[in-house]
Formats: sequence, structure tokens, C-alpha cells
Amino acid sequence: MSNVYVADQPSAAREGRPSGRLLEVEDLRVEFRTRDGVAKVINGVNYHVDAGETLAVLGESGSGKSVTAQTIMGILDTPPGFVTGGEIRFHGKDMLKMSAEERRRIRGEGIAMVFQDALSALNPVFTVGFQIAEQFRVRRGMSRRDAKIRAAEMLDQVKIPNAKQRVNEYPHQFSGGMRQRVMIAMSLALDPEVLIADEPTTALDVTVQAQIMDLLGELQRERQMGLILITHDLGVVADVADRIAVMYAGRIVEEANVYELYAKPAHPYTIGLLESIPRIDEKGQQLRTIRGLPPSLLKIPSGCPFHPRCPMAQPVCPEKLPPLLQLGPTRASACHFAEELVNRD
Amino acid sequence: MGRYVLRRLLQLIPVFFGTTLLIYALVWAVPGDPFAGKCGERACPPDYIQFMTEKYHLDDPWPLQYLYYMGHLLTGDFGQTFGGRDIGEIIAQAYPNTLKLALVGLAIEAVIGLTAGILTGLRRNGFLDNLVLVSTLFLLAIPTFVSGFLLQFILGTQFKIINPTVSSEVPFHELIVPGFVLASISMAYVARLTRTSIAENSRSDYVRTAVAKGLPQRRVVGVHLFRNSLIPVLTFLGTDLGSLMGGAIITEGIFNINGIGREAYRAITTKESATVVGIVVVLVLVYLLMNLLVDLLYAALDPRIRYE
Amino acid sequence: MSDPTSGSLVTTPPPEQPGVVGDTAPVGAGLPETKRDQPRGLLGDAWYDLRRKPLFWISAGLIALFVVMAAFPFFFTSGSPNDPVGTGLSRSLEGPSGDAWFGTDILGRDIFARTIYGARASIIVAVAATLGTVLLGASVGVLAGFRGGWVDALLSRIADVFFGIPFVLGAIVILFTFNPEGAGSNEWKIMGLVILALCLLSWPVAMRIMRSSILAAKNADYVVAARALGASNSRIIFKHLIPNCLAPVLVYATILIGAYIGAEATLSFLGVGLQSPVVSWGVMISDSQQYIRVAPYWLLFPSAFLVTAVLSFVMLGEAVREALDPKLR
Repeated sequence: MSNVYVADQPSAAREGRPSGRLLEVEDLRVEFRTRDGVAKVINGVNYHVDAGETLAVLGESGSGKSVTAQTIMGILDTPPGFVTGGEIRFHGKDMLKMSAEERRRIRGEGIAMVFQDALSALNPVFTVGFQIAEQFRVRRGMSRRDAKIRAAEMLDQVKIPNAKQRVNEYPHQFSGGMRQRVMIAMSLALDPEVLIADEPTTALDVTVQAQIMDLLGELQRERQMGLILITHDLGVVADVADRIAVMYAGRIVEEANVYELYAKPAHPYTIGLLESIPRIDEKGQQLRTIRGLPPSLLKIPSGCPFHPRCPMAQPVCPEKLPPLLQLGPTRASACHFAEELVNRD
Repeated sequence: MGRYVLRRLLQLIPVFFGTTLLIYALVWAVPGDPFAGKCGERACPPDYIQFMTEKYHLDDPWPLQYLYYMGHLLTGDFGQTFGGRDIGEIIAQAYPNTLKLALVGLAIEAVIGLTAGILTGLRRNGFLDNLVLVSTLFLLAIPTFVSGFLLQFILGTQFKIINPTVSSEVPFHELIVPGFVLASISMAYVARLTRTSIAENSRSDYVRTAVAKGLPQRRVVGVHLFRNSLIPVLTFLGTDLGSLMGGAIITEGIFNINGIGREAYRAITTKESATVVGIVVVLVLVYLLMNLLVDLLYAALDPRIRYE
Repeated sequence: MSDPTSGSLVTTPPPEQPGVVGDTAPVGAGLPETKRDQPRGLLGDAWYDLRRKPLFWISAGLIALFVVMAAFPFFFTSGSPNDPVGTGLSRSLEGPSGDAWFGTDILGRDIFARTIYGARASIIVAVAATLGTVLLGASVGVLAGFRGGWVDALLSRIADVFFGIPFVLGAIVILFTFNPEGAGSNEWKIMGLVILALCLLSWPVAMRIMRSSILAAKNADYVVAARALGASNSRIIFKHLIPNCLAPVLVYATILIGAYIGAEATLSFLGVGLQSPVVSWGVMISDSQQYIRVAPYWLLFPSAFLVTAVLSFVMLGEAVREALDPKLR
């Protein structure tokens, strides 16, 4: 009990002490101003990732996990998206206060991103070689020829067979899995310190998913990158993630290392997510789901945003927004009853 | 790529014959005496009737007539007018003027339309965007003959900045206003097409990827955005050259340019059927070839087409 | 965007989400909070969007005005389109004045009255030709897109044939062939011919638009599902495909009305379309040609009406297109 304290307290960095974190998101707030009203998409997200570490960000669509990533990359569509508060620190420096040019230099070299749908994320009218090589040409000043050779090497590194020939092919000539490898090769070209992978396997077949996840894990270990893995699929993260942050309605509702989270989830939403994974030992039983729908971001429920769907909801839940409570050195939960959940058998 | 070209070429052949057959049938083969009213007010002289009947095989059923006509055409023989002038010669004389006019129009359309489209596509909802939107709406709404008339009256008659009519040598500088009139509707269309295309593509995933790669804004726009956005615009401009020539009839009439459209109009009003068919054949041929060229250009610019 | 209805005009209610976690009955869970939060569907969405566009209201208002003008010209002017204002030619080519607001033409007729009465012919021709074009083009497009194979190849080539004819030239040839000069001037016959010429030369565009929408929709999941459920071809076409593919053609039709008003005027101007005694803007502009120096107002007023009418339809089409195309938002 005594180890419970409110995580929303002023952080070390704000008091002037460098945290030493590689990438840190603090109290980030983003809203979308649409013609239907203001949608509060991100309402105070905190997370960080260090070198050589994999953070999985888990959540349903609309939970704000991708928007957070886009905001970090600086590719949020403005309008409608606007950052209304918070900090994104890279090596302790707030990127939101940087000039456009400074931010551009971080992209690719400091933080790079792998997108979900490689087919639309790659430019259809240029060869994959051109698209990888242009980074070497523009950022490293390489000659056209050298850059092309380096591009082929990158394709080789992500285990694309016949890299030397395929470098001259167009995105639509690759299969889904191979295309995602191209995407990964492109994002790794400039040796980024942090890689954000936004649902990198969602569009792929299950067997290919595993290959891509293995590849990502391998490259991450080799290069000692910080990896932020955004996904809605609990199955994907178990093997690769060190820590997991669960998002709901634009907030982190639970954060824990992967063992703790699977063993003893400390938020009813996480419990619901874990229970909705089909299990072989429960064959024949009805699959459990979380009732209701994710909330409309135009009208987030009062108090704890999860309360309308929560099986444990009590009168306090619609009244008061639970803060993200630190429950241990590596875990935190934003539930009024987090301690009871942790202490249950 | 080779198969693609071949397929397009094969598709083109029936269309060429279909279009020319249709026009031929309209002009020659409508039920009734083919010479009724075809020689002006008087009845046609018998030797002319005999000559034309032989020349165009008017005693045969008209599909056969058409085949004979096409046979002559393939040897370069367009036939003769009532007055005995060689139709091929008439076309050869008038055609360069129309081509000049269409090229001037195309250049104006491309320069103004593209500039306006690119500027507004990159900066949407600004003052310039609204100005261009409103002016393109107006351009789209003013029929060619009205804009031609008004510009001729204002610039030519009132302010005397230009000659109200183009002189017979058809110098390029005198074609600027007629070219603008001819291309005004297409110009508005190009501006809007470019704007929409750039606006749509600037929100596309691959442009976002290019930004995420840390490329400078110049390069994101100049390489990734433009290459993709301008493909539909270029193909429109290509097909439009053919349409401009086919549509030059009004502009040529207003500015008194001795082009193929005016020859066609004269031929229609004087019932010179063979001339009408000849001119339409040339226009259709040019139009179809331009379309083929544009298809090939499209395939060259967008690799996705090539490998279908 | 895997939702097959996302690109359609048909509104499907969101599926009920079964709530199974826990035993307690959910208290108001999952229910839509208010009516307003329900998805509106594309048509509802488009209407919602249209209502806030000044462009839409301005163009719709102008169109309504022109339609009333065409139906009841005598509401707008007490003058007659064909009788001179004064006696005989006493008031030929007078500038705008109190009793002839837009002046008079060479025959002393009131240009204002003629301009008002001119709306009728222009609008009848444009609307009828648009209806014909869209009906013809869309039916052929549905047939080609739905049947595919050789039917599609054949119909597409036929469309190419008509599309290959230069528009103005083709119209002149058609009108001259079927209505040689001096062959009587039955105004309904000429109008019918003009309408026919416009339809014949423009239907391929409507056909292509419809065909490509049908091709895209044909393989959509909801059509495959309907077929799997044993729906007949005609049911699939009329219940599923046509409602979902109508939007692009409707936008085209709106703009086409404007274009046809201009085309009718162009043909009349060239002397092959409508002719006196029919009053239309094109006929008036054509008549005014020789008097442009002495009576510029004769050219100006019908031109202004013509351009405004075309502009209204183009603007309406524009507003509808923007409302229907979510990509442009």
C-alpha cells in the first residue's frame, strides 16, 4: 500500500534533471477539430522507450495509439489534428518546441516509422530501390550509384531474396510480406535510434506475421534500437515486447512489463482483452468479449471513460477519473480498484 | 509493355472504322436522293452525278460504298469537291492553321491551368484558392462563342489591342487571344484537376512516408507529390489536343481563321459531303492517335499499368 | 476501410454488439447516447454538408428562379417576346429604358421580355437532353459493367465510336442531315433534333462513369453476399448496384444540364439549332452579332442570363460533388 503514489506528479525532467531516457512522451494531448465537434483523441499520454527496449502499445482502433505515433513523427494531419499540450522529449529535448528543420533531421535518423499498409505507404511510381536510395542521397550525400548499392544491401538485410534484382522493381510487384520488408528496410536505412512500428503485421497473413515480427525483433536486438510496437493484437506482442502500455480513449490505462501484465492484469479493460483471446482449453465455450463499443471521442464518458463497459463499475466510476497509479517499479494502472485487482488471487 | 501497345492499337482500329462509317452514313446514306440539295439551290448537272456516282460507287449498298471510299483514302485520295478542288489539298492547307491554334491553346491551358492548380492545391482555402475556384467556375460557365465574342469586341473593337480577325498568314502572336478562347474551358478544368489531384495526393500515405523519411519539404513536394499528381493532368492535356482541334470550329469562325473547322462548316453548309467526311476522318484519326499516345505516356509514367 | 457500405449511398445501421462479459446487465452500455451520434450514411452526410454550403443555396436559388422563369415567364414581364414595343419598327435598337429595361432589338422587340421567354427553350432542351443522355448512357453502362466479357467489349467500342466524333462538328452534321435548311421550322421538331444530337454525342461519358462504378461495386462484398444468398441478377442490379453507383452519374448530370444550356446556345448561334420564331438565348445572341457595335446590350443581356444559368448548374454540381466525395473534405 505504501508504494502507491500518483504518477501524474511533476516528472524528473520538468524539475531540470535529465531523465536519460531516449524517447519520452509526457502528458501529450491531441484533439481533432472536425465539423461534428472537437474530438479529444489523446488525453494525457505518458510513455517512454529506452535503447534496446521494446514497448508495445496496445489498444482498440480509436484508442489513440496511432495518433500518438504520428504526433511523435510530426506527421499528424493539421488540420484537423492539433497538439494542445504535453512534451515529446528525444534525448531530453522537447521536439514540440523544435524548429521544423530540427524535427526533420530527427526523422529517419533519430526516429523512423514502419507503416501498417506498405502498399499505400510506398510510392507506386518509383522503384523500391529509388525510395530507399533517396535517403542516402539526400541525407548522406551519396552518389546515385553508391546509394543504389546501399539500397540493395538494405533489402538483403531484411532477407529479401535476389535483392540486387528486386531493387529495380516497383512496390506492386512485391508480395505483402516482402513489401513490409521493403518498408522496414526503408525505415532502417539511416540507422534510427527509435523505430515506431504502427501495426506492422495487421495487413498480413498469420504465417507471414510471425516472420515479420521475428525480423523486427532480430533487427532491434542487433541495432539496440528502442522499438515502439503499436498493435491491437495481444498475441503479437507477447514474444517481442519488454513492456506493454494499454491505451483506452486516448489514455494509458495500464502499463506493466509483459510477464506481470499477462499474469495479473491490473485494469478491467486489460482483463477483458486477455479474456477475449480464444483459448484451446476453453473449446466449446462461448468466446468472451468486452461488451459495448469504444466510446465516441467527441463525447468521452465522464469519470473513468471505461465505466460504461466495465463489469466492475461502481458508483464512483462515472464520478471520478482515476489517475494512473504506480503499483510497483514497472507497473501502473488507472483504475479505482487497481490495488484490489493486483492483490486478488 | 509491347503487348499493352499492341492491345491498345487493336482496340483503336474498330473505333476508327466505326466513327468514320457513322459519319459517312450520316452524310451520304440517309434515305433519299444523295444529290438532293447537295449542289446548292440548283439540281446537280448530270455529268457530275455520273462522275460522283462512279467515284463513290453510289449504285452499291452504302456499306460497300464506304469500303470503296476507305480504299481510296488509304491511297491518299480524299476525293474532289463539287467544284473539282482536291479535298486532300483543302485539308493540307487548312490543317496547319488549326494545329497552330490548338497548340497555342494547349500551351496557354497548360501554363495557366497547371500554375493555378499547383498553387491552390498546395495552399488550400487561402485567398488565391478561392479566387481561382471562382474564376474557374466562371470560365467553365462561359460558352466559347460568348467568350470569343466578348473578347473580340472588347480587345479588338473597343480597345484595339488586337486585330479583331486573324490575318491570313496566321502568325502565332495573333493566335494568343483565340487560343485563350478555345482553351478557356479546358484551362479551368486543368486547374481544378491539378488542384484536386494534388490535394488528394498530399494526404496520401506515401507522401506521409516521404515526410517520415526526413526528406526536405522541397523534395517531398517536387518528387513524390508532383510525379503522382501530374499523371492525370498530363494525360488530360494529351487527349485535349485532339479535342481542341475538333472544337476549333467556333473560335475559327469568330476570329476568321482559315482552319479546318471553318472548312468543315463551309462544307456542311454548302453540302460538300465528301469534304465533310474527309475532314472528320482526319480529325478522328488525330484524336485517336493522340489517345493512343497518351495511353503509352500513361504506361510510361505509371508502372502499375505496364504490368497489368 | 473494409466496410463495404462505406462508399455507398445506402445507410446500414451499425450492428448490435453483443455484450457478454460479466453477468450484470449493462446499464446503458453500448447504447447510442443521443440520436445525433448515429452515423448518418453517405446521403444524409451529403445533405448535412450541402446545407451549410452557401454555394449550394446560391445555385439552388438561381436554378429555382430560372425554372419559374421558364414555366411562368409572364410573372416576370408583361411584355411580349415577339411583338415590337412601339408601333412597327419605331423603336428599333433603342438602349435600355424605363419600359424596355434591356433595350430593344432591330425589330423593336423588348429584349428583357425575350430574355425571360428565352429561358424556356434553353431549359427544356437542356433538361430533356440530360435525361436522355443519362438514361441511355447509364443503362448501357450498367449492362456493360454487369455483363462484362464480349458484351462489355462491344458496348465500350461502340461508345468509343460516338465519343470519337468531335462534338460541335458532329452536332452540326446531325442537325444538317435531319433538318436541312429551309425544311420547315417546326419548333418542336428542331428541339427534338437538338436534344437527340446532344444525347447521341454525349452518352458515352455517362456510360463510362456508370460502367466503372458498376465494375468497382460488382465485386464488393455486399454484392457477392447478395449473390451467395441467391438474389437474382435483376435484384442485384436494381437493389444493390444502381443505388450504390448513382452518385457519380448524378453529379455528372447536374453539370451536364449547365453544359447543355451552353451547347444549345452554341448550336443556335451557329444557325443549326433552334431558329426564330423560337426564342432562346442562343438565338438572341446569334441575332445580335451584326449589331454588336450599335447595340452591345443586345448581346450583353442574353449572354449574362446564359452564363448565369450555366454557372448555377455548374456550381450546384460542384457543391453536390464535394458533398458526396468524402476525399475532398
